[in-house]
Amino acid sequence: MSETLLAKPVVSTTTPPTEERKGLTKKEVAADHPTWCPGCGDFSVLALYFKLIEKRKMWHEKITTIAGIGCSSRFPYFVQAHGAHYIHGRALPFASGISLSRPDLHVFVFGGDGDAFSIGGNHFTHTARKNIKMTYCVMDNWVYGLTKKQTSPTSPLGFKSKTDIWGAVDYPINPLKQAIAAGATFVARTTHTNPNHVLQMMEAAMDHDGFSFIECLSECVEFYEGAFDSSNPRKGGVFNEVPKSHDVTDELAAYKLAGTDFPGHFGIFYKNSKPTKNAREAEIIKSYQSKTAGLKDWQILQKNFDKMK
Amino acid sequence: MSDTIEKAPSSGGAQKVSQINEVVIRIAGNSQDGIQAIGGFLARLAGRSEQEVMTFMTIPATISGGASIFQVRMGSGEVLSSGDEADVLLAFYQHSYDAHLASLKKGGIVLYDSDHVVPNEDLKKTYHHLGIPISGLTVEAIGGTAKDKGKNIFALGLIAKMFDLNMPKLEKLIGERFTGKDPSILNNALAAFHAGHANPLGNVLETFKFVDAQKKDGHQVVMNGNEAIGYGLIAAGVRFGAGYPITPWTDIMELLRRELPKYGGCFIQTEDEIAAISMAIGGSYAGRVAVTGSSGPGISLKTEALGWAIMAEMPLVIIDVQRGGPSTGMPTNIEQSDLNIAVNGGHGDAPRVVIAPANVEDCFYMAIEAVNIARKYSVPVILLTDQGIATRIEAFVEPNLEKVCQDISPDFTPIADHKPYDLSNANGISHHVPPGTKINSGKYPIVTGLEHDELGHPTGSPKLHMQMTAKRRKKLQALAATLPVPKIYGPSEGNVLLVGWGSTEGPIKEAVDRARAAGDSVSSIHLKHINPLPNGLENIFSGFNHVLVVEMNDEGLYGFGQFGAILRARYCDPKIQGINKTDGLTWKVKEILERTKTNLSAGLRKI
Ligand SMILES: Cc1ncc(C[n+]2csc(CCOP(=O)(O)OP(=O)(O)O)c2C)c(N)n1
Ligand code: SF4
Ligand SMILES: [Mg+2]
Repeated sequence: MSETLLAKPVVSTTTPPTEERKGLTKKEVAADHPTWCPGCGDFSVLALYFKLIEKRKMWHEKITTIAGIGCSSRFPYFVQAHGAHYIHGRALPFASGISLSRPDLHVFVFGGDGDAFSIGGNHFTHTARKNIKMTYCVMDNWVYGLTKKQTSPTSPLGFKSKTDIWGAVDYPINPLKQAIAAGATFVARTTHTNPNHVLQMMEAAMDHDGFSFIECLSECVEFYEGAFDSSNPRKGGVFNEVPKSHDVTDELAAYKLAGTDFPGHFGIFYKNSKPTKNAREAEIIKSYQSKTAGLKDWQILQKNFDKMK
Repeated sequence: MSDTIEKAPSSGGAQKVSQINEVVIRIAGNSQDGIQAIGGFLARLAGRSEQEVMTFMTIPATISGGASIFQVRMGSGEVLSSGDEADVLLAFYQHSYDAHLASLKKGGIVLYDSDHVVPNEDLKKTYHHLGIPISGLTVEAIGGTAKDKGKNIFALGLIAKMFDLNMPKLEKLIGERFTGKDPSILNNALAAFHAGHANPLGNVLETFKFVDAQKKDGHQVVMNGNEAIGYGLIAAGVRFGAGYPITPWTDIMELLRRELPKYGGCFIQTEDEIAAISMAIGGSYAGRVAVTGSSGPGISLKTEALGWAIMAEMPLVIIDVQRGGPSTGMPTNIEQSDLNIAVNGGHGDAPRVVIAPANVEDCFYMAIEAVNIARKYSVPVILLTDQGIATRIEAFVEPNLEKVCQDISPDFTPIADHKPYDLSNANGISHHVPPGTKINSGKYPIVTGLEHDELGHPTGSPKLHMQMTAKRRKKLQALAATLPVPKIYGPSEGNVLLVGWGSTEGPIKEAVDRARAAGDSVSSIHLKHINPLPNGLENIFSGFNHVLVVEMNDEGLYGFGQFGAILRARYCDPKIQGINKTDGLTWKVKEILERTKTNLSAGLRKI
């Protein structure tokens, strides 16, 4: 019988397994210099991802950084690790293919609000409901950055973009509500202006066994300057954490909290533990394989062929 | 069937037994009557008797019920197609009788359920009529509770009697089919079967016996094209895939979903076809070639992601089980109209591999070939089949699974350095290194759909775009050089060369046989490698005055079908013409012959 697809693959390595490998330094994990505009919020998200890798002693070969298309989605080029820059809106199913076949890898997906909630909206819903293990960080700037200032599904009413010169007329999506309603098992919100908080959310998301979603406000200084000022104490705004009294397993309370007017709250809104799709598929495999224990693959196939004679 | 089926007067009233080589039986009724089951039993019996067999069925467009047919051609010699005309029609209802009598050859036998069918007196001269109250006798045999259940098995008994089929083998097949269920079900089935077999067959004056089939080397297995692809992928080592249901592709995804867990793999039903191909690409990226597939509109949805896989040079297998299009089109009909999208679908210069099995056995082996090409050339491979081959049951020599099955587990051995888009190979081939692999230089690859440098980092350099575009093309040219030139069926020189691809090989070969028997100079070739084409076809074409490309698609704006147009573009040869049709049905041999004749203004030169 072949090794289980969902079990850890045997990795031969020149490093003896007993040797403690040191965590990577920022230098080792940084690749191309980011092409973002100076001051773009995405820089801090990247810096904190580096911090996460460093702090949690992840190794190059165990990280996969996946993204769709957008300014924020250029993320993988800037990380020195295995990664893929996929197509607009479809990063989640791509990442699911990795997650479901390689339990030994950390799968991180980064992208923008258009990528996640417009063209990729359906994938967001289904990846969340299936609870496929990965961390998805949406860098929400309320605008289409890469294509230069069109209305995004999170643009607030009245936002003057090139496709709504008179101000946005469509009601925006609330990413947190979307995630909770879809069945995501970890839903958090943070903002690039609070680095410690970003790192805290990333760590919690990474440690969650399931689909973990972070909405990270990330300002587009080029096309939506000042969008999040009222959430930034340095700009005279307020950074309200999720109240201590909030029960993160209470779906309705989380949904309600997510509806608070901007700047709303930051922190973990919802967290629940239920079996991941990864675990469920592994269970199916286990039960099937118990029936074919000791047989080579060709012998299992032979049984089918014997029935077709 | 040989001419001996023509009704022959018997001596002394006893039924005469005639030796036959083959027979075409068409079973017509409603889908819930278990018509497919009768056909399946006959096909598997033929397989076990070392006979050749080919079937053809229509899937009813309605969800349950609905008129449906199953045609089976079985014989002791080579069986190339499911047959133009039936020797025997088994009609369960009036509508089956009315709609399918025309498919019966003159002098053929129509066996009908006289509880449901009132025969047309005028036609009794043309066809030999045999009315048996199948419904009533079945109820009599197994008790009144089963209503219409079991009459298919009763009818199978009648056919077994008429063709002196091997009873123990059929009983065994029935036993296998009904094992595990309530034992009374098996008992009822056997009771119905024996009652059918015991029927004196009324006024039939003749029964038939197959001449012994030639000994085949090895056992035969019997399955349809979709099953052969599913099992071929498993044999190839594929352990992950994703899909979204659509007829006629769905059977393959259901099979993989059900079977892969036994091998430690899984197949995922996604939210749509875009997610399906994306997830499969993710699986391939993770280290082991994965599969996705679809039919009709689902293929259109996959094209953007396909372009990414070509650009990013990811191995991938995509199954396209063609059906009538465009749009929702004719979901349960047969057409070869996806060739253009398979070869060219998507934006940009996007070379990919397209291969097309010609029969069920090919489906098995070419699924493995698709996986191996995808791996070796780091490229998406489209396996192009169609509704006909997907549902058609054939027998083929059982593969040696121990030899054929391969292990394609990824290798995570650390490497010194890696360039995902290495330009140093003149043939353009580079390899994917999956995540999990430590790269000692500390420089990790990014796979991407943006034009890139050798490490996968974005570039706007005109020079690199030219080099990378050429790289993606050159690896297919390298593949072309390794492809076998197709064998010519018939002499290598003559007047007409019929060119086919995909599921039409049988009827085309049979057309060649018939034409040659009539003294006409006709040969054929069948292409399994569509993109790239094998080298050297021009040498074959040069031996003929006319090259006619036989396809089940439209003749197009300029008079050539989809493959015909590719061959004309490739060879700039005006003698390449097309024979096309869009009726959604398989080619009949006589259609090919008639169309060949009308196509050649000069008529066929005699040998
Ligand atoms: C199929 C497809 N449609 C459109 C585009 C063009 N496009 C690229 S990025 C983008 C929107 C980006 O917005 P967002 O996802 O919010 O990312 P940001 O640039 O703001 O980080 C669009 C419309 C594309 N690349 N692919
Ligand atoms: S356009 Fe906006 S989102 Fe894009 S890099 Fe510049 S600041 Fe960032
Ligand atoms: Mg955006």
